[in-house]
Amino acid sequence: MELDKIEKYLEKYFEGNSSTAEERILRDYFTNPERDIAPHLREYAVVFRYFSQSRDEISKKEIQLGEQRSKTPIYAWLSAAAVIAIAAGIWFSNYSSSKDREARLAYEETVQALYMIGENLNKGAEGMEYLEEFDQTKSRILRVSELR
Amino acid sequence: MEQAEFLHTVMPFKDKLFRLAKRLLTSTEEAEDALQEVLLKLWVNKSKITAYRSIEAFAVTATKNYCLDRLRSKQASNLQLVHTNYTDESSSLQAQVEAKDSVSLMHEIVQRLPEQQKMVLQLRDVEHYEFEEIGEMLEMNPASVRVALSRARKTVREELIKKHRYGVG
Repeated sequence: MELDKIEKYLEKYFEGNSSTAEERILRDYFTNPERDIAPHLREYAVVFRYFSQSRDEISKKEIQLGEQRSKTPIYAWLSAAAVIAIAAGIWFSNYSSSKDREARLAYEETVQALYMIGENLNKGAEGMEYLEEFDQTKSRILRVSELR
Repeated sequence: MEQAEFLHTVMPFKDKLFRLAKRLLTSTEEAEDALQEVLLKLWVNKSKITAYRSIEAFAVTATKNYCLDRLRSKQASNLQLVHTNYTDESSSLQAQVEAKDSVSLMHEIVQRLPEQQKMVLQLRDVEHYEFEEIGEMLEMNPASVRVALSRARKTVREELIKKHRYGVG
């Protein structure tokens, strides 16, 4: 009797004693849609159906063995970001040094302009010396008039 | 070994590695990453591979170790995976309609098993390996494989009966 055999294999199955060949017979009995499963065994069908369905699951992702691994796109992005950061850094340092040069130029010109103003001021101050002379003379004259 | 030859060697069992990884890590993306990592490791160490008795068994062991490491580090960082939805596009619509509940129930039951039992059940009942092969892959002796398998199968049966008796949920 086939049913006897199935029951016996099932018992062995749960004890972990069934062989792969016996398990194949069980699988066939429970998963073959053509089979009419005995009512008292029907609840076991889901076990075998589940395992045979699990076997259909496959990985659809392609395997990559080269250096370019899809698993690490973050490194690619990181290195791109690093390159951009470095380039920006270099550009900015160039940019700021050119600004520096401009600033120094402006500073020197300002200094020169201030010197010029200073020189002219000194010239003006030289003119002032006559004024002092005049003042001294004036005070002398004033003192004389006081004496009178 | 050339790349094409290597791929040819791993092709027959790469999906088994993927399914084991998915059984342990639950998420498809993580399982694909695991597969990629394990195969890359095999490829890098290809000069040593030929010395191993069975590349397939070695690959399964590497997958197991990789996934368990992942799980440990996840546990350490308090991350828990909660993927209990089981989708299967391959079964026919009619079978799906009547079996969907019980199949997803089966999935839940299996996912709740301890890792070792999960792996043994996966390698035996899904991939149909012999006890000796599973023992080699999981670094266990065949007798303990048998014990773990029996425990896993009995737990599945008990849980199913429980659900059957008290209704789903």
